[in-house]
This record gives sequence, structure tokens and C-alpha cells, in this order.
Amino acid sequence: MANADCIVIQGSNMAECHPVGYQWVTEAKARGAKVIHVDPRFTRTSAVADKHVPIRAGSDIVLLGALINHVISNDLWFKEYVLAYTNAATLVGEDFRDTEDLDGLFSGFEPETGHYNLASWAYERKSEESDGHGHEHGADTAARAAGDQYGSGGPPLGRPDFEQDLTLEHPRTVFQILKRHYSRYTPEMVRDACGISLEDFDYLARAVTENSGRERTTCFAYAVGWTQHTVGAQYIRTAAILQLLLGNVGRPGGGIMALRGHASIQGSTDIPTLFNLLPGYLPMPKAGIETLREYCDGIASPEQKGYWADADAYTISLLKAWWGDAANEDSDWGYGYLPRINGPHGTYQTVMSMLDDEVEGYFIFGQNPAVGSANGRMQRLGMSHLKWLVVRDLNLIESATWWKDGPEIASGELRTEDIGTEVFFLPAATHVEKAGSFTQTQRLLQWRHQAVRPPGDCQSELQFFYELGKRLRAKLADSTDERDRPLLDLTWDYPTDEQGEPDGEAVLAEINGRHLTGPKAGQPLSSYTEMRPDGSTSGGCWIYTGVYADGINHAADRKPGQEQGPVASEWGWAWPANRRILYNRASADPEGKPWSERKKYMWWDQERNRWTGEDVPDFPLDRAPGSRPDISVGGAAALAGDDPFIMQADGKGWLFAPKGMVDGPLPTHYEPQESPVANPLYRQQQNPARLIYPREDNLSAPSAGTRGSDIYPYVFTTYRLTEHHTAGGMSRWLPYLSELQPEMFCEVSPELAAERGLEPYGWATIVSPRAAIEARVLVTERVRPLVVGGRTLHQIGLPYHWGVGGDAVVSGDAANDLLGVTLDPNVQIQESKAGSCDIIPGRRPQGPELLSLVADYQARAGVTPETGSDKVTDPKPVLGDGSTREG
Amino acid sequence: MNKLTEAPGHIPHTGHPRKGFFTDTSICIGCKACEVACKEWNRNPHNSEYELLESSYDNTGALGADTWRHVAFIEQDREHIEKARDSGRALVSLGMPGLGPPGNSDAAGKPSGVDTTPPETPDFRWLMSSDVCKHCTNAGCLDVCPTGALFRTEHGTVVVQDDVCNGCGTCVAGCPFGVIERRSDGTAGVKAERDFTPGEQAPTRNVGVAQKCTLCYDRMVDGQTPACAQACPTTSIKYGEREELVSTARQRVAELHAQGLTEARLYGANDADGVGGTGSVFLLLDEPEVYGLPPDPRVPTADLPRMFKRAGIAAAGMLAATAAAFLAGGRR
Amino acid sequence: MSRFSFLEWPVVRQLRSGDSLGRGEAVTSPRTRDIAPRTSTADRVVQSVCPYCAVGCGQRVFVKDEKVVQIEGDPDSPISRGRLCPKGSASEQLVNAPSRQTKVLYRAPHAKDWQHLDLDTAVDMVADRFLAARRNNWQQNDEHGRPLRRTMGIAGLGGATLDNEENYLIKKLFTAAGAIQLENQARI
Repeated sequence: MANADCIVIQGSNMAECHPVGYQWVTEAKARGAKVIHVDPRFTRTSAVADKHVPIRAGSDIVLLGALINHVISNDLWFKEYVLAYTNAATLVGEDFRDTEDLDGLFSGFEPETGHYNLASWAYERKSEESDGHGHEHGADTAARAAGDQYGSGGPPLGRPDFEQDLTLEHPRTVFQILKRHYSRYTPEMVRDACGISLEDFDYLARAVTENSGRERTTCFAYAVGWTQHTVGAQYIRTAAILQLLLGNVGRPGGGIMALRGHASIQGSTDIPTLFNLLPGYLPMPKAGIETLREYCDGIASPEQKGYWADADAYTISLLKAWWGDAANEDSDWGYGYLPRINGPHGTYQTVMSMLDDEVEGYFIFGQNPAVGSANGRMQRLGMSHLKWLVVRDLNLIESATWWKDGPEIASGELRTEDIGTEVFFLPAATHVEKAGSFTQTQRLLQWRHQAVRPPGDCQSELQFFYELGKRLRAKLADSTDERDRPLLDLTWDYPTDEQGEPDGEAVLAEINGRHLTGPKAGQPLSSYTEMRPDGSTSGGCWIYTGVYADGINHAADRKPGQEQGPVASEWGWAWPANRRILYNRASADPEGKPWSERKKYMWWDQERNRWTGEDVPDFPLDRAPGSRPDISVGGAAALAGDDPFIMQADGKGWLFAPKGMVDGPLPTHYEPQESPVANPLYRQQQNPARLIYPREDNLSAPSAGTRGSDIYPYVFTTYRLTEHHTAGGMSRWLPYLSELQPEMFCEVSPELAAERGLEPYGWATIVSPRAAIEARVLVTERVRPLVVGGRTLHQIGLPYHWGVGGDAVVSGDAANDLLGVTLDPNVQIQESKAGSCDIIPGRRPQGPELLSLVADYQARAGVTPETGSDKVTDPKPVLGDGSTREG
Repeated sequence: MNKLTEAPGHIPHTGHPRKGFFTDTSICIGCKACEVACKEWNRNPHNSEYELLESSYDNTGALGADTWRHVAFIEQDREHIEKARDSGRALVSLGMPGLGPPGNSDAAGKPSGVDTTPPETPDFRWLMSSDVCKHCTNAGCLDVCPTGALFRTEHGTVVVQDDVCNGCGTCVAGCPFGVIERRSDGTAGVKAERDFTPGEQAPTRNVGVAQKCTLCYDRMVDGQTPACAQACPTTSIKYGEREELVSTARQRVAELHAQGLTEARLYGANDADGVGGTGSVFLLLDEPEVYGLPPDPRVPTADLPRMFKRAGIAAAGMLAATAAAFLAGGRR
Repeated sequence: MSRFSFLEWPVVRQLRSGDSLGRGEAVTSPRTRDIAPRTSTADRVVQSVCPYCAVGCGQRVFVKDEKVVQIEGDPDSPISRGRLCPKGSASEQLVNAPSRQTKVLYRAPHAKDWQHLDLDTAVDMVADRFLAARRNNWQQNDEHGRPLRRTMGIAGLGGATLDNEENYLIKKLFTAAGAIQLENQARI
């Protein structure tokens, strides 16, 4: 980032949320880089940027799409890069129809299921007869992926011999499709949809394009301001398309940087405490996929290019790590021990299952869903249906105390003595009281050494879950039930110290993997390329292989930064293979030479016949730039010398995604689930493939143009402050942080304050179709009314750190109570960055009257579970083209 | 300055260069890491009110006995920004791009040859600035302290000795910046040696004693950086030898002026001001008052010799009058 | 404290040291003269990583008498170069917070308040409940007879604040037990 010439921070409040990361922006700016902050509010990031561009929450794809259009129509794209490294020249099949043809839908939408059949988005294959089913890679997904089926490799693409037109003139090239798709995303559209002036758009467009190319690079930084939308994954895709067109991927000072909020949120995705993934982005098996062979074929075709083609080696090594000798050829490597998923079983679906009394027990470790999750009331009521709840935390968070001091106790909806839930509060160890590794936002693993022992009953999760596992196994020791075999055969024996704390390094060594047979038996693997699908290797997370190479904990490498170059490869260990920039082959031109001296990073060393540079090459080390291997060999061996995107099935950066995204191959602007604005681009108002949960306890506000939308006329957006941490579990119990931001507040413009009679620093009540909360009022010019579609639109900012409970140093109403649960279909993240509400002066009512207030609004707006639940806004005329369903 | 007013030059035994802070508010992100790092290191009590102060994102209000670094937040519209630019430009044309003396303006960006046309004035800005004890060249607090609790360290900084201070409060009135303050008794009683125990309230220390920034004297004696400067994510707070910091500061002003940001100016770098310049130097983007800083601070003892002379005349007069009275009485 | 010495009289020191105004060394107390930072007097310094956001700033943890007495930025870290945000700077208070819970608490069904429980008993009770919930809500096959071999009776939430090794054990144990409903902040 410090190498960037222009930094666009959008969907992130970087200076506030990642102050220390912001030092690199400060440094880049001091060197002359331009810093632009695009955000609904003027924040502490805007204060130190060169320019703040206010934007309507939920309209980012219009802005980014307009930048794409600007780049294409003014011929500002990086030709050599785009032609060589992206799929711009690849042809898409004849059946594909764009949103321009179907007024906001792509071909393949199935109204009866509400999901897309991806078949028609496939590339055009060179020889249809070669595999007999040309659209295989799309057709497999007809059963809908919904983000729960595939690992990061997405569904297989098959053999990558696709039609191309390097002149880019064929109307079915990705380039032409892209051009047409964004042709109506104009500066005027940006003005009308985002509330951004033509001058501001021009400033942004010039800054980005003037700072891209051979000599210069632009970097985008985003955070949950992009992901927390019903089209969140597509926000990031839009930026990726723009960056690929400008040649800003895989190069120093380029890229799209995700700024994540938790110490190991990256690690907990890599080694996922997530329902749909196994370690290393391997998918959880789905019901009906009954053999390991079938499972691996579903991940990657061995014929496709890149490293996913070896998914069988990664999977079998994982199964060996978990089940040891019980995972053998005869047992199909223990594949049958894995439980199966058959739909989304995410946290929100689970809470709804709780309400249906289908979940007995719930473990919460280091999270505070009563405050931090959308629709807090649903979360708390869900917990009141549990038989038992285990909360493991440092402090008595609201998720542990809702049964005696939660908002539902105050409103009378719940009575403590009626709640049958057993609650265990088990105190946890802090980060200095245990040893282990965090994976930070740039995929860097850093080891923490234990400084002191945890006090009292406090325990690490490592110790607690190890102990729990031991007891489960002991209690089942005599079982002959087949279902208990996976637990009993589990490799569950780690060395412990005298306090019973397992040795974290032993666990890390298992994650890294080892040779099981042969001369190196027992030795750690040094790279995932050593993994074999024959049971001769084990490894708990293939992408982490190498972190324990040679028996050394490389996550604990600590050569001081001042003694190393800027890449600092001897501090910690980055996956994969200690690479700091992914796809860094793209930092050199197709011939292997740096694009420019100024942006030199990796290059082909003709004499030594290998890739070299400042980083570890993210490419087969000896694959010469001009090499054209026979693609039929498949896997990494099939990568051509200019296929930098080694994890993609065709080795190219995807401008158009023929697979992997379930709501469209190209990002398209849809309005949020709740919006006071009608979609200015298409008849289709919202993302047709979004996941909706129409229920009495999860009502949606009417969208623009429908009855009752004026009852919730304002847009609210939630965010974080520097002084607090997410739901407050690690900040609201600390006096030094609490005093800095003691009370829940809302941020409104002077104009809205005048319109609603809000007093500065007085109280206001904010009402959504789910809840009403109160907050102190910060009237500030940092929030500006926007003119959108010719009318004034007010936005309200709400930090979400506070919660109602009796134990924290500071408490207050929780902004997340206002949110509903509507999810992005790719990743199932909720929409918390844009919702509809009203705001009125004064404190909210107490007790049952609070419920009456919410109900009164619902009645006035006429909201029912059906409100906003039409997947297709006007289903009649748009599905006329039946060509998409030949199967 | 007169001989009665104390200054770092009075400390003959040192051999250490004078240390200080340079706080560059133009790159402050208002994160308050300095406030927290300071309280952590010095074990200062927190504010127990936990209410919004009604001052933008500022909820600690001002420097005081417990808050030794304080971040101010100031929201300004275009009109204010233009005024700040104008006043900064006026300083330049006076040859004073800081409050530094006229002779020192060379490094600070002469208008000649440099395009100082301001860039497009934004509609709005949000100023953030981390304030701290100035560690004045002529320190009022130190001058008036009757007990020797305040002293000038070998690094030229001004520090309270908690174990010597008797809480008389004279220094509070002696500080032209309103920095030093006596710690109120707070709510927590003093319990010895129970700090740093999980689940236990740390005791409030130094109740009744005058408190302010020590520039982390206890870290400095061991060559360590003060806590606030070490934490500061963007190096808005820089620590080092004062002379070097002032020259860095002047270069930075020149740089900003060259970019047309004529609102930049220095505070505390002028050794001819009423406190002889300060150990903590600031780069501001507006008039000092905007940040709650006095525009023209003066050490109270600056007028002492003149006052002594007047007092002397007055005393002599009194003496004469008394003598006259006695004489008159004796005659009765 | 050293034995009283005439030479340590402030007035004498004032003259001896040339601190004529008595505002420098002459007035320093023995405590001031012996001052030392607790970062130097600590028994040991341990390298760590900030537990808040995902930037991954380096921390140094100073330990004295088996207590954490200071946590500050690690200047060696190429990620953070010794700097910390306000949350990272408050890490010592996170560890030693006055309100931090260090004892197991248990709320019985319908009870109005917490009671204390022995840790070993608590873990054993949780293990029993885990097995019962697993058994009661077991799904061997779906409606088409395809194997599911899972339980829907148990759910877990968390992980983004935990160590990789901890997430690994949790995922491994839950998966082996057939408890698929495991989620963390990455999706929130």
C-alpha cells in the first residue's frame, strides 16, 4: 500500500478502524500519493484524505461500474495486461443474456426457486464434441450453490480450451459483454443514483486512471462497507474488474485490500469455524456426494489449470490428519466420516432453528451476537429457546446476561423465571495467557508466545475444547454405534503442560502436515506441492503447509523489520508458501520483464532460468514466460508462462465470472433490500437471488414507490469507531476506552435535525420495522443530505458498539437491533450498511410501550412478511427468453 | 527573560540535549491512542462520568490531572478554512510562518518561486490535534512551586515529584496554558500494590497532588520513547531533541505552504514568546485559539523584577509612612 | 534509603550542583533519582500480537512477578513498527480489567441469578449435554436416503478472535461429532 500512487478507500473507514494500518497510507501520501475517501459520512479517514466523496449507502456498484465504463469508453485500459492476463478475449456461449436484455436479470433465473441456473454463463468451448457436454461447468450448479457448496475454487470448469478473439471485437467476447453491460453506468447515472456530483466523479476518474499503467499503480481498500450488502460479494468483484482493466492486480501498490476487523478473522476463514468449508477452502461435502472421487471432481477437474487440480491430495491429507490410520484406501480415506450439508446452515438460519426449538445447545466463544448480530431481538429470543448455552468470554457480555437484563426483559416479552435455558459462563484466557497464531488481513501468520498463565478458572479455547473432546470420547468409549466412530477414531492426543494446556505448536505441526511413509516419514512437509493423494502425507490445512517446514515454527520468525527489506519475509509466515503479494507473476509483462523500473517486483531471470524478485514467486518457479504446455496435462503443469492467476481454472483474471458467483457473472447495481430509491437502472429493484427470510419477526420496510415507504423515509448505516471494538466485548469493559466514547449516538445532518426537530446532544429515537432504539444526537456537517434522483435523501449514521445489559462499564441501545436479516446469496452476509428508518426527537418509550411504538409504525406502513419479499420485482415480461434452460 | 525566571539554561549539570515533542496536527487521525497509551503508562485514573461531553468526538475535554494527552476535534466549514488560509498567508508575508522569530523564516518556505495558490478550498474539514504539556522554556509552574516538587530535568523537561508535592496548588495558577491540575480524590480508595491484578480495581494514586505530563521522564532516563509518541500510528507525535524537532517542523510548514496550504503554522517554536518557546512544538492548521490554545502565553514571573521594583517602592513608602506614624505618635 | 547525609541537604546540593535557583537536581528526591521504567525492571518481555483488529500489530508484553505490567508496540514489527491504536494501547487493561470474570458462573433453568460452579463439574456437565443434544437431534439420512450423519442440535459461534490452532481443534471436534452449525464473525 505504501507503494501506491493513488489510494481509494471505499466501504472502509480505514483511519478509524485500522489506525496503525493507516500509517502506510500516511506514508504514501507524504510521498505524493493521492488519497480519496468515498463514504456516506465524512469520517476521521476523510479528514486526512485529499478528498472526500460522499455517496449514498448501497450505491457503490453504480460508481465503480461507471469507472469501468469510463475506462473502457475512453480507451484508458492497460491493453497488454488485459489481453495477456484476463479473460477479456474469451467468448461466452450463445445462450447468455445480459441484464441489459432482461431488464435487470441475467439469463438462467428460475422464478420458482428464486435462484440462477448458471449454465448459460459458460464460456464457449473450442470443440463441443471433445467432452460431450460443453456447458458442464455451469450445468452442475443448477441445484444452486448459495455459497454453501464450493470452496474458493468454485465449481470445476473442465478443460480450458475456450474460444478467444484477441481483437476483442466479437460481440460475445467478455470485453464486449462488459462494455455493453456498463454502458449506461454514466457520470449522470452516478449523480442520480449515488448523489455524487459530476465534478467529484471526474476527479475520482482522473485520479484513478492517471495513476494506473506501467509506471503507476492504484490501490483500493475496502472493509465491511462493501461486504455487508445483499450484493456484497459483487461489490468486490466490481472493484476487481476495474483493477484488472487498469492492470493493478499482482503488482506493488495495486490490488484490492480487505481490511478486516478481528485479529484472526482471516485465520478463522482459512481454518474455518464456518459451516460450509473445511480447512483450506475445501468445501464441506454436500448430501448426495457420496464418494471422495465425486467430491474431488466437484472441486476441480484434473484437466483444469492451476493448483486446485490437486484437490484430492489436499483432501486426503486432511482426512489423514484427522483420522490417521482409520483414513485408508479401504475406508475411502474416511470421507464417510464427514457430515453433510444440504443447504445454508449459517448463523442466521441457526437462530431461526433455535426459535423452532430445533437447537438444544449453543457455544459462543469470543463473540457477542446479542449485540453484534443483525436483528438482535431475534438473536436473544432464539437463545431463550435453547436448553443450554455456553458463553466463553473475558467479560460478562450481553450474550451471557440477556436472561436477566436484556431488552426483552425490560419490554416484558420475556420473564427471567420463565426462561428454561441453562447458562454456563466459562471465563476465557486473553491473548497473552496462551500461545498460538493469528492470521492477519494480508494472510500473515504471527505466533504469540504465552506471557503469563490465565488467572482463576480462565482457560484457552485450545484447552477447553481439547478437554471437552477427551471427555466426549471417554464417555463414548464403549459405544458400538457407527455414528460415534468419527469421534472415537479421531486423532486427539496432544502433549500438554502441567496445567493441562495443550501444546499449540503440536497443533500447528499437524496443520502443516507431515510425511507418513517413505524415507522422510515423520518429517514435516515443506510445501503443499509435496502432498499426495495416496495416504503418504497428512496435513490439516494445505494452504498453511510450510509454516512448520523443517520442524521450525515460521509463524514465530521475528527478524526485526529494520534488518530486512520492505517485503520483510522473515517476520511471520504468509500463506501460501510465504508469498506476500498473490499472483505476483502479473508484476512482470508477458515476456517476464518488469512492466517498469519503478514498479519492478518479480521478473524472469534468463540466466538462471527461473522467476526471481523481491518476493516468493507465486508461479511455477521454472515456467518460462513463453512456455505453452499441453493443456491436457491439467493442474499447475498446464499453466502457460503467462497465466498469472494460478488458482483460476484458466489461469486468467476474471472480468466475467462464468462460475463461482450465484447472482450473476457481472456485478450489477441493485438497490438494498430496503431503499427509498427506485433502481434507476433496471426494473428489477433488488438482487433477485438474495436470500430473504419473510417472517413476522423480520419485517422489511417497503421500497421506493410502494405503499408505506414514506413511513421509514431515511437511510441508516452502521459502523465502528476507533475507540471501540465490534460489539464491545473487548472495549466496553475497559474504562480507558469507555471514557473516550461513553454513549450510543447517532450522526445526522443539520438539515435533518431541523426537519425532525432534533436537538444537538439531545435524545432521538430511531425506528425500523424490527425495533426502536434511542441515541444521543450528534448534529454534524460531516453528514450531508444527498440529492438522489432529484430529491433530497437523508442518511443517519449509527455506531453499533453498545448493548443493553448490566455488567459493562458503558451500555446503550444496540444499532443492530434495527437491522433485518436479508443475505447476500454468495457468502450469506447480512445487509447492515443500508436500511430504512424514521427518526423522532426524544427518548424511546420503556416497557411494553416500546413494542407498541414499533407495531404502530408497522401498521402505518402496512408492512407484512410479504413486504419486500418478491424476488423478481415485476416477473411478467422479463423472462420471455426461454433459451436458458436447455439443461 | 530575567534572571529570576527559570529556564533550561539554568541547569548546568546536564550534558543532555533538550528533549521535546513535535505534534504535527496535519497528519493526526484523532484515534486517541496517545491518550490511552499515556494513561496506561502513567496509571492515570479514568473519568468516571461516562457521558458525552457534547464536543464532537472529544469526551475527555481538556488536559488535566488525569488526562495528559488530549485530542481536540474541530469541525469547520469553508468560511473558516478560508480565514485560516488567509491568516496563515499573513504570517508568511510577515516572514513568520510559525510563531517563530522573523529571522528564522528561511527554511519555512519563502513565497518566492513557489506556487502558493491554494488548492481548491474544501467545503469542510475536521481538525484533530493532540495537546500536551508544553514543557516551557520558562515554566510558570516551576517558578512558583514553593516546595521543590516541580523540577527541571536534565533533559530540559518539567516534572512533578509526586512524593514531594504537598498539594498547595500554586502551580495551577502559575501555568499560562491551564495544563497542571491537582488530582481530585476520585472514588477509589488507595490500596497499596494491587495494581495489575485481573478482576481488581487499581487504586487511584497521587490524590491531591499536582499532576501533568512528565514527558515520560521515567522512560526517558532509560532511553525509551514517551508512551504517546511510541503509540502514535501516523507519527503525528514525534519525540526527540527539541532543536531537531523545530527544524523538522519548519520544513514541514514549508512543504505544506508549497502545496498551497498556507493555513499551516507553528506554535511554540518562537523562543521570543512569553514563555521563551516551548519544549512541545505544534504544527497547527488554524489560529491557536481554535484549538483552545492561548495565542500569547506569558509566564507569570516574566514581570517579577518590575513587580519587585514596584513592590520595593511601595514597601519603602509604607516603611516611610509607618516611621512617620511612629514619629508622629512619639511626639504626642 | 541511604543513610542521611549532610551533603544531601537541599541547600547544600543547590550550592554544590550549581543549581542556584533550586529548580533542578538540587530538589530531586531520592525516589526521583532512582526512577526506572517498569519496562526495564520487568522480569521478562514476551513478543505477542494485538488481539483486536486484523492488522496484526506487534506487541511486547512486560511481565513482573507473573503479572502483566505493561503492553506496548513492538518496534521490530515490520507490520506496525511499534505503533498501536487506542484499543491496542489498552491491551494491558483488557488483561487486568477490574470487571474481568475469572470464575465459572452457572445459571440454572428459571433461576434469577448466577451461582458459582466448579470448573471441572461445569466441563463435565457441558460434555453430557453435548452428547444428549447430539443424540436427540441426529440426522442419519435425508429424505432421499442419502447419508447426512450429522446433528442439528448443537451450534457454535465464534473464532475470529481465536488462534488458528483453536479454530482447528474446534472445527475438527465439531465435524467429527457431526455438529455442522459452526459459524464466526467472518459472516457477520
